[in-house]
Amino acid sequence: MEMKEENVLKDLFQREFSKMVAVISKLYGLQHIEIAEDIVSETFLVAAETWGVKGMPENPTAWLYVVAKQKTLYHFRRNKIFDEKVVPALPRDPENHGNTTIPDFSEGNIRDSQLQMLFAVCNPAITSEAQMGLALRILCGFGIDEIAEAFLSKKDTINKRLFRAKDKLRTANIKMEFPPEHEIIPRLDNVLHIIYLLFNEGYYSRTQNHILRKDLCLEAMRLGIMLSEYEKTNLPKTNALIALMCFHASRFDARQSEGNNFILYKHQNPELWDKTLIKQGMRFLELSARGEEISSYHLEAKIACWHCYREDTAEKWEDILQLYDSLLKLNYSPVVALNRIYALYKAEGERAALEEAEGLNMEGSHFYYVLLGELYKNMNREKARASLKKAYALAGTPPEKEEIQKQINGL
Amino acid sequence: MKEFVLLFRQPSYDYSEVSPKEMQALAQKWKDWVGNISSQGKLADNGIRLSLEGKVLKPGGVITDGPFVEIKERLGSFIVIKADNIEEATTLAHGCPALDAGGSVEIRPVFG
Repeated sequence: MEMKEENVLKDLFQREFSKMVAVISKLYGLQHIEIAEDIVSETFLVAAETWGVKGMPENPTAWLYVVAKQKTLYHFRRNKIFDEKVVPALPRDPENHGNTTIPDFSEGNIRDSQLQMLFAVCNPAITSEAQMGLALRILCGFGIDEIAEAFLSKKDTINKRLFRAKDKLRTANIKMEFPPEHEIIPRLDNVLHIIYLLFNEGYYSRTQNHILRKDLCLEAMRLGIMLSEYEKTNLPKTNALIALMCFHASRFDARQSEGNNFILYKHQNPELWDKTLIKQGMRFLELSARGEEISSYHLEAKIACWHCYREDTAEKWEDILQLYDSLLKLNYSPVVALNRIYALYKAEGERAALEEAEGLNMEGSHFYYVLLGELYKNMNREKARASLKKAYALAGTPPEKEEIQKQINGL
Repeated sequence: MKEFVLLFRQPSYDYSEVSPKEMQALAQKWKDWVGNISSQGKLADNGIRLSLEGKVLKPGGVITDGPFVEIKERLGSFIVIKADNIEEATTLAHGCPALDAGGSVEIRPVFG
């Protein structure tokens, strides 16, 4: 029971921090975002002290909103920011004068503020790394130390990056509002891309912290679902991105071994795949099959969907190969080209794959040599061994080296 | 047994460092500290919580926002404990999380 109560505060922080910062920033302007963060942080500090001494209130969320409201009003009044800067800038609403200056923590306003914050933060005026950092802090309530760990950077670096990003939000005069109708699509593309990067950061992160990685993925999914709950951003590609994340996330627990190593797909126990997430993925994939556009998220989601079926069938690999072909046409990347060659190997055999693999210029990548090792395995053992040895030398982490050594021994 | 008030003061905090994990840990520290006093049967009253915002009236009708504008350490809240003497009360004040944040605990006897 005791443990539970403490987790409530952590969960509340993770959930409510971003909501309250969004609402307060929306009310007083994005240029005051740091003040909004301070007010909300202090609210939580007081909660930690008060609830620690007196116990939890009956409705903790309401308690937080009341305290944050008091602090907000007090702060802006005391510093005269309110009268001199905020009030003149507030939109005049003759029917509701007076009430527009108090933070409104209603469900609808929280949702709108968070969506608008998402658009404001995912703004190409700042670098995508800074967009991710801001999203993690402002929209997901991560601490600086956690963000630093996720990016394998120093706290100092992250702090500076966020500071510069917030400065840019101010100088570029970025506002918290929904983009106008004709801009929604390009702006949404950027938001989706940042969510995609956040998810990848969690899924492929080099940090050893399993819980942190999972949190990153879950938060990326939450942001995606938030977009799908708003009519104008609930587009087919939004659903495709959510489907893609659901399929990958379904294997999150199955790929984690006791010793914190990754278990390769082919060694995973499908019983551990999360069936609920796979079902969710299927649902969103269905929802994504509307309209004319086939985005890269559609293609990746379909590939990820195929991987939820373990059996190798000719149909499976031919379809995957075609999906990779389309993906490469949409935007070429060496990693996708490499994956395509693996699909080619599964669909048409090692000879066809080898021919194309030799045309690929990826001598710096251990993945390339692992693939060559696999392709030569049954044709030329010496070449297979030589490739895997190169892969071993290039691999960056001990678990990867270990896995490659296993393959060399297995030849 | 006599009663003592423990008043805790905290310095200004670096808010940019506040994280979910830290909040969880902090609440636990407060709980452990008060819980430890209470389990010895020495907690008389866990006090009332004071809002951090308010006003201060000064001579000549001067009203300022406060109370912590001019002081470095803001007064948090307080609890009332029971102890044989001020030495024992001071011992019980050890472990107060306000100290970890660079703050202080003031121990004041209550007149019967």
